[in-house]
Amino acid sequence: MNATKTLIYDGSFNGFLTAIFVAFDEKAQVVDIQKNSSSQSGLFSETETIFTQMDKAKRVWNGIHKKSHNAIKDIYFAYLSETKGIELLLYRYIRKMFASASSISSDYSDSTVLKISQLARSVGREKHRMEAFVRFQLTKDNIYFSNIEPDFDVLPLITKHFRSRYADQQWLIYDVKRKYGIFYDMNQVEIITLELEAAYTNSLKKSVHFGEEEYNYQDLWNNYFKSTNIKFRINLKLHQQHVPKRYWKYLSEKKVV
Amino acid sequence: MDFFHNFGINTNTVMTSSFDRIKEKLNILADAAKYDVSCSSSGSVRKNNSKGLGDSSGMGICHSYTEDGRCVSLLKILLTNHCIFDCAYCVTRKSNDVQRAAFKIQEVVDLTINFYRRNYIEGLFLSSGIFKSPDYTMERLVAVAKKLRLEENFNGYIHLKSIPGASDELMREAGLYADRLSVNIEVPTISGLKLLAPDKKHEDFTKPMLKVKNEIIQYKLEKKIIKSTPKYAPAGQSTQMIVGATGESDKDIMYSATHYYKNYNMKRVYYSGYVPVAEDSRLPAIGTQVPMLRENRLYQTDWLLRFYGFGVQELLNNDHPNLDMDVDPKLGWALRNMEYFPVDINKADKNVLARVPGLGMKSVHKIISARRYRKLNWEHLKKIGVALNRAKYFIVCDSNTWEHKDREGTKIKGLILQNSVGKFRKEYSNQLQLFS
Repeated sequence: MNATKTLIYDGSFNGFLTAIFVAFDEKAQVVDIQKNSSSQSGLFSETETIFTQMDKAKRVWNGIHKKSHNAIKDIYFAYLSETKGIELLLYRYIRKMFASASSISSDYSDSTVLKISQLARSVGREKHRMEAFVRFQLTKDNIYFSNIEPDFDVLPLITKHFRSRYADQQWLIYDVKRKYGIFYDMNQVEIITLELEAAYTNSLKKSVHFGEEEYNYQDLWNNYFKSTNIKFRINLKLHQQHVPKRYWKYLSEKKVV
Repeated sequence: MDFFHNFGINTNTVMTSSFDRIKEKLNILADAAKYDVSCSSSGSVRKNNSKGLGDSSGMGICHSYTEDGRCVSLLKILLTNHCIFDCAYCVTRKSNDVQRAAFKIQEVVDLTINFYRRNYIEGLFLSSGIFKSPDYTMERLVAVAKKLRLEENFNGYIHLKSIPGASDELMREAGLYADRLSVNIEVPTISGLKLLAPDKKHEDFTKPMLKVKNEIIQYKLEKKIIKSTPKYAPAGQSTQMIVGATGESDKDIMYSATHYYKNYNMKRVYYSGYVPVAEDSRLPAIGTQVPMLRENRLYQTDWLLRFYGFGVQELLNNDHPNLDMDVDPKLGWALRNMEYFPVDINKADKNVLARVPGLGMKSVHKIISARRYRKLNWEHLKKIGVALNRAKYFIVCDSNTWEHKDREGTKIKGLILQNSVGKFRKEYSNQLQLFS
């Protein structure tokens, strides 16, 4: 009988896929898969450090892909939820998938499948929200800049959307929580890390990085937002449900007065 | 990489001087446009292939929500609120004493582009009061759209309001640049229109609709032969009617809506609860409550017609000319037609499942997927997200725990209402609130 094992990977998605490969390959009894940044060793299991190997990651990815189109999306989205224990949950899901002859991704009466599909839905919702709530502010050196602070790690998911929409302007979307951003230079999108002194929220306090025109447009938008409201129908509860408070500081129409 | 230490020269000169004037105009002309409820920005096929600005090939996005809870996805403004007509229900009517303003064509273009670049909006919704003549006004709306497409290489969404009475040629041109065209029928009955908008004729509304419908059909035919045929209003046309201004019944409204869906290929019909904007003996008094619940019921009915396979006569007819206020229209229908139930969750067809109260189309699809693996019971249904508090009286599944008693519709209704906390509950409750 094999000993129980905890796999430690580098925190990247490809690292995770490599870990899945190893788990299958060694037929080990995997009790946990953890990021090296947050690993905790269990008392009775040995740990194995996984080094990301693209060829192995790719084999797992292609294997899942061949099995089911829907599952691959659910797996990637659920992974980006960064939920505690998501790796092990996904490992179980993938095992179930390969053990079954038919596609399991729509077997909502199975609790693992349901959980993964729900997490994927949450991440999908957050992706959609960020596509909506990014507010670009034009810097003096002509970059449309935005800070976001999403609940889940959705930058990889929104890249394509912004690239196809804003093909003729330079833009940068920076995730304040995860300290990295995506930058488009009118040719391609790069992942960048940078230390910002502050989060550039849409506050009333003006920053030297943005010009007068920028603040004028924020002002116009803020005013528009107010003029378009129908006072007879006010429904703040519904409003807040659609625009959760935690995003307000980044929205130019919700400037705190 | 350092983005903030390489400051270029401030290139913005246009806005600063005229900023205050623009701001004032925007306030006036957004305020006047807000009663138009259409906010759709989806259904088009305009891809950004040219490295220009914007793309409207996917789903529309609501970028924000007003404090009344409505989606903000387009810059919704009037070109002007000057108007030669005097329609009683309209805030922009000639006789109303309000501030007037008009945008220049370039000003609308600049606002649209700059809001779009900041990801505030999906595009532009441009309507207008009628100044000089319908054609003069329509020409300017078309000019805005044309400029956005041809000069700014803009692929975002454009919804143009057709001006009643505008010529066929202008309607044709409008469709070449806009994603959607709409003309609001406003009053659901012809007699009501005569009463409230004596300057307008019913044909003024239907003529441009017919033109757009025919152009779309024509486009689709030509497209089959010549691939490069320019797009014509790819997101179709829509219309809107005011609810609760002229004493019409829900049956009048929905039969009228069905007529427009069928005969003019409408993509959407919108229902707008009348917000009292005028002191006028023909209209509900200022201060009258906006019929929000009724509006909500009409939208629910509209969905049942478009996505759930219901016929309008099933939901509204001479015996039942108005929708129930206390239950949603599907539940109302089910309670009047108990002979269709109970439905077996594990066997019934999609269209039968769709008629079960508490089952939305999403639940229906999940049930159909999930039941391939095993027979479903209450627990499964609950997990899937079925509203069991309503559905349980109308279904059987792989659980025996159901109290299989024959119940009358009225009893079931009582039980459901007792256990529900609908958002409109207090509005229709007849009970006195002793301690409020």
